[in-house]
Parts: sequence; C-alpha cells; structure tokens
Amino acid sequence: MKLELRGITKRFGSLVANDQIDLVVEPGEIRALLGENGAGKTTLMNVLYGLVQPDEGQILLDDVPVTIRSPRDAIAARIGMVHQHFMLVPVLSVAENVSLGMERTGPLGLLDRNSTRRDVRELSERFGLKVDPDAYVEELPVGVQQRVEIIKALMRDASVLVLDEPTAVLTPNETEDLFRIMRELREGGRSIIFISHKLNEVRQIADAITVIRRGKVVGERPPTASNSELAALMVGRGVLLRVEKATAIPGDVVLDVADLAVRGERGERSVRGVSFQVRAGEILGIAGVQGNGQTELCQALMGLRPSTGSVRLNGRDLSHASTRDRLRAGIGYVPEDRQADGLVSDFSIAENLVLDVYDRPPYARGLRLSLDAIRETATQRVADYDVRTTSISTRAGTLSGGNQQKVVVARETGREVNLLLASQPTRGLDVGSIEFVHKQIVALRDNGAAVVVVSSELDEIYALSDRIAVMYEGQIVGFCLPDIPEQELGVLMAGGGTTHADGDEHPIAGEPAPPARAEFEERS
Amino acid sequence: MSDQPTASHARPTGVPAPAEPSQRAGLDRFGSAVIESIQEGSPAVLTALSILTALIVGAIFIVATDPVVLRAWDSVGYAPGAALSATWSSVAAAYSALFEGSIFDPATVAAAFHGGSIAAIFFPLSVTIYWATPLILTGLAVAVAFRAGLFNIGAASQFIAGAIVAAWIGADISLPPGIHIIACVVGAMAGGAVMGWIVGELKARTGAHEVIVTIMLNNIMASLLLYLLSSHNLLQAPGSPNQIASAIANDAALPHVGGPPPQAHLGFLFALGAAAVIAWLLSRSTLGFEFRTVGANPSAARSAGMSVESTWVRVMLIAGSLAGLAAATVLLSGGSPPPQLVPSTPGSYGFDGITVALLGRARPGGVVLAGLLFGALHAGGTNVAGLTTVPQDIVGVLEGLIVLFVAAPALIRAIYRLRGIAGTGLEDFAKGWNG
Repeated sequence: MKLELRGITKRFGSLVANDQIDLVVEPGEIRALLGENGAGKTTLMNVLYGLVQPDEGQILLDDVPVTIRSPRDAIAARIGMVHQHFMLVPVLSVAENVSLGMERTGPLGLLDRNSTRRDVRELSERFGLKVDPDAYVEELPVGVQQRVEIIKALMRDASVLVLDEPTAVLTPNETEDLFRIMRELREGGRSIIFISHKLNEVRQIADAITVIRRGKVVGERPPTASNSELAALMVGRGVLLRVEKATAIPGDVVLDVADLAVRGERGERSVRGVSFQVRAGEILGIAGVQGNGQTELCQALMGLRPSTGSVRLNGRDLSHASTRDRLRAGIGYVPEDRQADGLVSDFSIAENLVLDVYDRPPYARGLRLSLDAIRETATQRVADYDVRTTSISTRAGTLSGGNQQKVVVARETGREVNLLLASQPTRGLDVGSIEFVHKQIVALRDNGAAVVVVSSELDEIYALSDRIAVMYEGQIVGFCLPDIPEQELGVLMAGGGTTHADGDEHPIAGEPAPPARAEFEERS
Repeated sequence: MSDQPTASHARPTGVPAPAEPSQRAGLDRFGSAVIESIQEGSPAVLTALSILTALIVGAIFIVATDPVVLRAWDSVGYAPGAALSATWSSVAAAYSALFEGSIFDPATVAAAFHGGSIAAIFFPLSVTIYWATPLILTGLAVAVAFRAGLFNIGAASQFIAGAIVAAWIGADISLPPGIHIIACVVGAMAGGAVMGWIVGELKARTGAHEVIVTIMLNNIMASLLLYLLSSHNLLQAPGSPNQIASAIANDAALPHVGGPPPQAHLGFLFALGAAAVIAWLLSRSTLGFEFRTVGANPSAARSAGMSVESTWVRVMLIAGSLAGLAAATVLLSGGSPPPQLVPSTPGSYGFDGITVALLGRARPGGVVLAGLLFGALHAGGTNVAGLTTVPQDIVGVLEGLIVLFVAAPALIRAIYRLRGIAGTGLEDFAKGWNG
C-alpha cells in the first residue's frame, strides 16, 4: 500500500512540531525517518496513527484521502505501529497479547485460544519471527517482546508498519535479527517507516532516508549518503562523530573494587564477584547487553543497594558508606534513568542543579537555603553547559531529553569529583547532545578524574573508553582495549567468552590477548 | 517535549533570571493573562468554578429538602408561579443566611448607625475565624505530609493525642498564668508529634503503608480517649459519671480577640504563623527541599544522597505537631463554661483537614484560604438552620460537592468547555492510595 502524507502541520501552542511535512512511502519500501530528539518524528507518526489530530494536511492511502481520528481508524486503514515503549500485558502469554482487542470466540462465547495460537505460529514462520505463542511476555527478552508487537500489527493485517526507535532497546545481535525481519516484510510488499536517530542503522536498512529537523523535512537522501552528510542535515551543522581525545595518561588508582557481589530486585545474584580498578585520568567503559548486572553494579557502587565485597576510593574504604557519604567523597553519579533517578521533573532547573549539594555552603547556611547562590550557580551552569531553556525556573520535565541530561551532567561534573560514574550517559539523546556529553566526560578525565562509563551502545564504548570491561551475567568476562573489532566485542557481550572465562576475570588490558581472539573466531 | 527552537541561553552570565517578568507588563497584558488563565483553566480558576458549581448543585439539594418548597410544588397545577417563587426564595434565603452568618450581615451596619454595636458587624467573620482556626492547622498537617509524598489520614489521631495532653496540663496541673498556656500548647504539639512519629517510624523501618497505619491509629486513639475519659483516676472529671474531663483552667485559655467562643481567639494567629512557618520551610529551607524532593521523586532523592526514611519521620513529626496544635486551639478557646475534653471534642477536625488540604492544593496559603472557606460554611450553617426551613446538613453537602468537583478537574473542564490540560495538581492527592 502506498502511503502519502501531504502538508502535515501540527502546532502545540507556540511550538510547531510538524511544519508542512510531505512524505511518500511506496509499497515494499523501507523509509527511514531520521532526526534529533524533539525534531517531530514521533509527533508525525502519532498523527498517522490517529493519536494526534493535525492542524493542516492530508493523509492518503493508495492516493485516496483518509481521515484517521483514532488508533482504531488507523488499524482499520491497515496501519500498524510498534511504539518505543511496548504496549504489552506482561502477565499474559504471547497469543493472549496478540489477540487482545480482537479476541476470537468459539461456541458459547468461549475464547478460542487455539486459532490465535495457530495464527501466531503461522505468522512467525512466514516472516522468521521466532516466538513461542505460549510463552509469557514478562519472561521474554526485550528483542522478542518487540517481535510480539510486530506480530500484533501483522495479525491486524497492517500493510504500513511504523517502528518508532525500535533499536533503542536492542543488542547488536537483536538489531541484526530485526533488520532481517524487516527485509522479509519488505519482500512481502509491506511498507515500513523506520524512525531512528542512529545513522549507521538507518544507512544499513533503509531504501530512502527522510531527514527532519525542527519539524520540517530538510532533505531526502539515499542510503549511500555519508554519515557526516546525514548528521549535518540532522543537526544543521557539522558534527564530530568521534570524540577527539588525547591518549590517556593514567595516574594512581582511584577506584578499587574487589569481589563485589550484589543481589537484584528479586534476590537473584545480579553481580557475582566483580573486581576492577580505575586510575586517575582514565575512562573505563563497561560494555554489555542491558540486564547483565550493570544497573545493580552502579547502584552498589553508589550505596543504593546492599553489596558484599569492597569499594575503595583513593584508598578510603567506602564499602559500607551511605550514598551521601559517597557523593561527598567525590563521586559524581549520572544515573542510568535520568527521569526516574537523575531529576525531579516537577522541580525547576535551578533546583535540579543543586539536588545533591543543596545542604552545603554556599547553597545553604544552616537550615536556610541561599536562593541567590542557587540561582547564580544555575545561571552559570546553564550557560556553561549550553542547556537550551528560556529560564532557570523552567520545570526540568519540560526540557528535551538532551537538555535534561545536560542538567544532570552539569550537576555531577560541576563540582569537585575524583570519580565520575556515568550509566548510559547518552541514551536517547540526539547527536548534538551526545557530542556535548562526551566532551564533558573526556574533559573530566583530562582533569585527572577517574571515569566509569556503563553503556550498552557500542559506539559510545568505542568513542569514550581507554579500556573496556565486558559484563555478562553479573561477571566481568573480559577486559580489552578499544581497538578490539566490533564483532569480537559482540561475541564477548553475548557470553561467547563465558566458558573460556568461566567466572575468572581475564585482565587482558594492555595486551590484547591473541589466544582469546582466535578462540572467538573459531566459535563464530 | 521539544528542543526550544530559539534558545535564549545566551543571556549574559551572572545576571539572575528575572523572576517576575509580568511585573513590568502593562495592564492590558495583565488583563489578557487573566482571560488566558481562565480559558486555559488554571488551578485557581478551576477551584473557583468548582465552588460555583457546588453552589449551583447545592441549590438543587436546598430546593429538594425544603418542606416549604416541596409543599408549593405539590400544588404546582393551581399555582405554578407560587411554586417557582417558593423555589427561588428558598435558595436565596438559604444562601443569604449562609453569607450573613459567615461574612457580613447588612443589618448590623444599619443597627450600628442607630447606636448598635460596631463589633457586631464583625461578629460573622469572627465566628468564621473561630471555626477556621483548627481546620487550617489540621489542613496543614495533611498538606505538609503530602508534600513529602505521605497521605496523612491520621490528623484525627494526632489531634486526639494533642487534646489529651492539653486537657491534662490545662485542667489537672496548675502553673503560673502565661506559662500554663505555653505548657499546654507545647504539650499538645508534642503529643501530636509522638503520634506522627509512630507513623513515620513504622513506615521508615517496616515499609508499613501510612494510610493503613494512620487509619488504625485513629481508631486506637479514639478508643483510648474514651477509656481515659471514663477512668476517674485518669482524665475523668472527679465526681462526674460521664465521659468528660475536668474544665481547662481559666489561666490556660488563649486570649480572645473577638469575644467568647465561638469567636476569634489568639489561636488564629497560631494558625497563620504555622502556615507562614510551613511556607518558609517548604520553599526556603534544606529540610523543605528534602520534603519536596522525597515527595516528588523518592528515587531521585535517594540517588542524590537524601535519606528518604528519615525524611518521612521528620515530616510526620511536623505534621503531628500541627494537628496537636489544632487540638490546643480548640481546648484552650476559653469562655464560660470553659471547654472540657469530651469524646466528641475531636469531631471531624482530622478528616476535614484532608479536605481542606485538598482544596488548598497542599500549599500553605491555599490551606489558609480553604480553612477560612470551610470555617465560613460552618459558621453560616448554624445561621441557615436558625433562619430558614432548610436543614443545616446542607452545609455538609456543599462541602462534599466542592471537594468532589475540585477532585475531578476534567469534569469542571467539560462543563465550562475550558481548554488546556493542567489539572488542579491534586489528581494524585485525590487518588491518594497508591502513593
């Protein structure tokens, strides 16, 4: 089915989220919609899916104008959507989730589970979407949950499929799988709109790329366009895709973690005896697929989760110190989930900038907050860290993701820190903000701080790390240097090294270990 | 969410952001801002419309419960005009009695010109203030806890604890005049604080939900009060067969401002002072910063090194002492005969505090206004019952309706076709439970 958007305009108050957007997607085409956060990609798709009504413009399907007032209309018009955050019921099975809203009933009005189950199986075979219809959604990895969403759309006979940032939650291998599925769907004549801000992925999968900036279509490019060309279109200027940094000059050991073990939310052994050291002026990148204990490791390092083993900062034992004491000892902490842990979205930018120093001079004298000092610092930080806002009293929750993260980074690096612990520091950020945050982290390292960056983005690990530690199932399965080929790192992240490493760490940093590498090649 | 297209971050550094740009704006800009806020349905506008809607719906109840009107409608076939006029005059009479009993009675002005008392003009306001005083304090007790993310249903039990201490010190201990008042007030606050502390400590140590704990403590304290008042070696007045404590000594009574109860006394200044202190605490102190952070996002508070648990304990100590202070203002209101603690003394102050906090959007200034409104309804209610054939219970209906509409901003928006998405900021409060 051919999809055409003509002159779509959507305003929210004074903000024009979509400005006269034209977009044509041919049948059997994968069309990438590339743009920064806040560029208007998601708004456009919400218009298409009937979640938002456009102020102007038309939607045409096979050259026939259609009105889409609700997702129900969209589904009837054979448009399917896979949201960034899945709309699944965790406690139901795959087949039950797929049939939600279109339950089939047999005699006596009983649910007909078998036919749904059969259909799920049939669809998953046809498109290579491996899913067990009887598995419970909560037990499935994220990548498979996404397949369930795709199956849901296909069951409703979608011929235009919108995937909103589908790779944000996936591992490199899961992403490969998704791309394979997308190609199969394209062979079957379905059109796909693939929303992303990741240049490499877009170039890899799309047939054509539409770039959106500040609500406007700023260009269409073939997938052969270069990264730097696309990035320049996206942000409106040239962007450094690699962080420029000098070779690290590691100093004394700042952070010394020995045999740290942490239990997770449900009492499972999330971190199983991890030991590592980070030196001053060095960035240690902790790579790994999400959910392999990185979250718990960070929480334990910050005293937010009980742990065994020892944590020393500049020789001082912090193993049992409170979060406040650890912050005071000079740890800067950029939490993984800025919305949940890093910011209070109802608070102003100024308040958020003093969230962990509000009770120290010059921000407080005794019980009294010094609002002047808080305001002054906020004004300074907002300028220094290029937080795009009209006022320091703006609510943090109204900022874009990139600006929110700048607030967190400004707070955590703005004071004296010996160690910066940054977890997924650029998740969901646009290219410009990523560049900025990366520069701050490198600058901190060059000032002699030790840095630990936890990231599931390989690009980020490569861009920042002076040394890489790979986590898998709660253990560090290997240390390596950032010149390790992506494939090998991928194998390590997928646990390819476990039988070899078998719980012991292999501190191969400094000398990339050839034997290990050879072994991985045999495996793959 | 968006990148602000035209970034104004280029403001010269070191210059603080102008706090109130609207101060310089012209009158017409002010006017259009007012219209805008009405159309958008700002929280204040929504609250005002909720009260208006409650009065309109309340009129239906007045009509439906007034025997005079009902009789007129029985004969609507012969005299439709009479039925309509009876309807109108019933509503008008009820609301003007409400107004005259709580705010201002024109007749008193006329009387003053003919040699009557000038003080009589202020009598309705004085009564309103009398009733508002404890409501403002229990409202603050709920509001301050709410700002730290706790749903304090227990103002009732904290009130009782304060009342027990105040009655004991006020009636059974003799102290020099001024000291006696201070001892009673401080004692009542301490009593309430202990009750609040139990709640905070239980939640901090065991994770017990404060709603459950406070509801249970309300029952426990109500029963404890009954027990104390029926044991003659404890609080029961000597020689009395009833559940009643000895009268509060006269030297422990708060000085009057207006006249004997039910008229304004010094307690109102305590309430205003408490509101000011809480306002300062919340906006200008490190402690209040912790309260608000823990209330708005406990996990961010934890990540920032705050102790969420000790914050809960601290805020409950403060909340409890406010409810205890409310009890002191009731028991120390003086007059003759002086107040005695009875099982009905705590009344519904604790629970009304929840509605007052809700209506005041958990802000100290709002709580004062909401407390005054409820005080006015209470003061006017007596007048309604005295002067009209409408039952006094109509006041309770009005209170309920106001809260109902405040808690459902979407309904008000739909009725008055308001744009915008901002609520009264209390949707979570109204949901309450899962917090």
